[in-house]
Amino acid sequence: MEQLEQHANPQSWYLVLSTILFSIGVMGVLFRRNAIIILMCIELMLNSVNLLLVSFSAYSGNSDGQVFVFFIMVVAAAEVAVGLALLVSIYRNVASTDIDVLSKLKW
Amino acid sequence: MDNYSELINLMRPAMLIPLFPLLGFLIIAFFGKSLKHFSGWIACLSILASFFCSLYLFINLSSNQKLDFTVFEWIRWGDINLSFGLLVDPLTIVMLLVITGIGFLIHVYSIGYMHTDEGFSRFFSYLNLFIFFMLILVMGNSYLIMFIGWEGVGLCSYLLIGFWFKNQAFNNAAKKAFIMNRIGDLGFLIGMFFMLHYFGGLDYNLVFSAAQSHPKGSTLLVTITLLLFIGAMGKSAQIPLYTWLPDAMAGPTPVSALIHAATMVTAGIYMICRSGVLFALAPQTLEVVLIVGVATSLFAAIIGLKQNDIKKVLAYSTVSQLGLMFVALGLGAFSSGMFHVVTHAFFKALLFLGAGSVIHAMGGEQDIRNMGGLKKYIKITYITFIIGTLAISGIFPFAGFFSKDEILAASFAEYKLVWILMSFSSMLTAFYMFRLYFLTFSNNFRGTQDQQHHLHESPATMTIPLIVLAFLSVIGGLLGLPVVMSHTHLFSQYLEPVFEVSKNIIGAQHNLAHRTEWVLMGVATLAAIASVFVAYNLYISKKILPEPDADVKGFTKWVANKFYVDEFYNKVFVRPVMVMSDIFFVLIDKLFIDLFVNAVAWIVGFTGRTMRLVQTGNTRFYIFAMVIGIIILLYCQLVHPFLNVYFN
Amino acid sequence: MNSQIIFFILSSLSLVSALFVVFSKNPIYSVMWLIVCFISIFGHYLMLNAQFLAIIHLIVYAGAIMVLMLFTVMLLNLNKESEPHKSPLPKVAAIISGGLLLLVLLAAMHSGSLPGYISPDLTDTGYVQKVGIKIFTDFLLPFEMTSILFIAAMIGAVVLAKKEKH
Repeated sequence: MEQLEQHANPQSWYLVLSTILFSIGVMGVLFRRNAIIILMCIELMLNSVNLLLVSFSAYSGNSDGQVFVFFIMVVAAAEVAVGLALLVSIYRNVASTDIDVLSKLKW
Repeated sequence: MDNYSELINLMRPAMLIPLFPLLGFLIIAFFGKSLKHFSGWIACLSILASFFCSLYLFINLSSNQKLDFTVFEWIRWGDINLSFGLLVDPLTIVMLLVITGIGFLIHVYSIGYMHTDEGFSRFFSYLNLFIFFMLILVMGNSYLIMFIGWEGVGLCSYLLIGFWFKNQAFNNAAKKAFIMNRIGDLGFLIGMFFMLHYFGGLDYNLVFSAAQSHPKGSTLLVTITLLLFIGAMGKSAQIPLYTWLPDAMAGPTPVSALIHAATMVTAGIYMICRSGVLFALAPQTLEVVLIVGVATSLFAAIIGLKQNDIKKVLAYSTVSQLGLMFVALGLGAFSSGMFHVVTHAFFKALLFLGAGSVIHAMGGEQDIRNMGGLKKYIKITYITFIIGTLAISGIFPFAGFFSKDEILAASFAEYKLVWILMSFSSMLTAFYMFRLYFLTFSNNFRGTQDQQHHLHESPATMTIPLIVLAFLSVIGGLLGLPVVMSHTHLFSQYLEPVFEVSKNIIGAQHNLAHRTEWVLMGVATLAAIASVFVAYNLYISKKILPEPDADVKGFTKWVANKFYVDEFYNKVFVRPVMVMSDIFFVLIDKLFIDLFVNAVAWIVGFTGRTMRLVQTGNTRFYIFAMVIGIIILLYCQLVHPFLNVYFN
Repeated sequence: MNSQIIFFILSSLSLVSALFVVFSKNPIYSVMWLIVCFISIFGHYLMLNAQFLAIIHLIVYAGAIMVLMLFTVMLLNLNKESEPHKSPLPKVAAIISGGLLLLVLLAAMHSGSLPGYISPDLTDTGYVQKVGIKIFTDFLLPFEMTSILFIAAMIGAVVLAKKEKH
């Protein structure tokens, strides 16, 4: 325990940090109307979760969490590629990335 | 031990008998389209194979042996064990030979008869399915297996009556047959429930031994046998459930011959013979059977006098002959009844196939008023038809004579009144059959020019079965020469082990002196010849022609219209049900059920319409809702820790 | 003591940059701030002794994904204040709900407790060897599946972004 205190910060710090980051991401998603920035905020949320996972993995001495993070990155990369492609094709059609404009998908 | 292994060896051919037609059915049902006219021969072959298996069993199973084995366990529930088992004894073998033998001939005949029909393969698949179910019916070793076959043949009968389903009248006839049969089947079914409850099973062995522990004539036995007899009434077209059989002539003629004359309609007689022990223990039911048999026989014979449709005449004669068989059963003369089943199968199949050949030659015409003089054009049909007519009229030495005589003798020994009535019914039979024959084949042709030009003899596939059946109708009587003519009655001797128990229960039958029997035979023959003569006088000498339907008056009109029984049933049973269903439709269905169902639908619809508004299409709103939801969930978990139980 | 200082510097950097991502008017600036944020998280990974992931993170996020974003912004010519002013209500609601979420999450965390842990400095959980062995033994099937996912995403992106010719 003493060693831990000497060598490293308490893990709860990482918890608080990633929680705040996540909340900022959520707020950004709600706050902005530009779809690209919403995508970026989603990346932000993903990263806060990644950070949390890595911290748990590191503090518990088990690599599984880091493998999860690896897979999350893979998924995030694929998601961004497809998401941006979608955005491009939407922009070609309606000349806007404002999600308030993109509200035809209903009922 | 030797005996045992011998029986084991017979199990396989016994199991094969129903399997061949099933296989034929499956092949034709699935590949009928590509097989085309080949399917007819496949159907014939499958029946022929079954016939040979039956023959093998007949040769290898002596009359006092029986084969009774379980094929597989079926339903096991509490103490009740219902298994799928087969039973082969002399009674079964007789039925097997009749079904497969005559079935084969009719299959061959159908190849010629149905040649141009578009449903050729379908027809043969149904026919094979019918044979399969009929074989199951007679081979089962319990009432349950018999019931499977019973329902199966009912289904096939329905399918084949409505075979030309584009004609609504034919469909109605099919439905009528099906519904009428269902009434009877319900009786059978309830009877089975009684047996299951009081005897603890449905195996023949079990039921018969359990029944013998009840006193003779006890209410339970009478109830069960009456219920079974209701089933037999439906299937074998007895009063009051007979009206479907004449209508069933809507089906193709080979079907009428096979199902509605030779085999299926005798299922009721088979069932009563099979349950001989039960019926012997319930003398009251036997009396009911006797009365119903006499009434049906007379009633149908009277109606037959005035029918002008060649197949309708034969249909009513079938009903009448079935009544005669029930008379035999009612008298406790089971083997005589079975004997008449066999001979009747020969000559009635022959008559129907002959009628089919006539219809074929006439190009679909069925009204005998438009025929006449056909003997010049269709020689083979003519000769075989006259043999069939002689046989059914009970003229010595054709098959019908012997079997009828046996029943008449039995009735003379028991009740003189029954003998008088049945003799009268036989006379009527002889009369209307010869009326039919004279109107069809004698005098001059009365049809149109076109029809006369078209007249031709049927192909060999149709005439050969006719010839074989005619041959059987001639010599069929030799199976059961009465004791006065030879020292043993082959047929009843063969069946004796089957009916031994029931015979003992019924007690000694009155035996007639030989002289009396000779007299009875003489009387019967004379009566038949007399009615033939009357018919000859009317229709050949005086050349009377039945008047057109519109000119019929008085009592004749009643007869020609079948005593308005159909109309009576319509008024008394069908209409009230219709009215009741109308009332229920308006009251229960429209008011209550529809209201309830519609209310449910409306609520769902309303909720949907309302909730739809939540879907604005605005993505931010969705996300916002999601976040709020998460917040509420987490908050709840914090405030109410008991929810942790669910979250952990 | 040092690690605490580094943690606080990195944390404040990532939080501030995250806020700038959200509040920058110009999308280009948002992208830039996001890159800064990612780099600070890279620092956190290093602090946690997860070198492999740190490098991967830098390459994938700051390298690939952000370049993609930047390209898209430039392609669509969005490097201007593209959001006309509308009613401030959604923005207020967004800030309030974001804050509420933070509050509730922190409260939830407060009610729980963390078990005793070992120092990340003394373990080798983040080494390439360790993570690699995990990936190629326990997580082999998902790892192979990701390749299919990538193929699908690649093809999907190409198909979607292709100009339709009418």
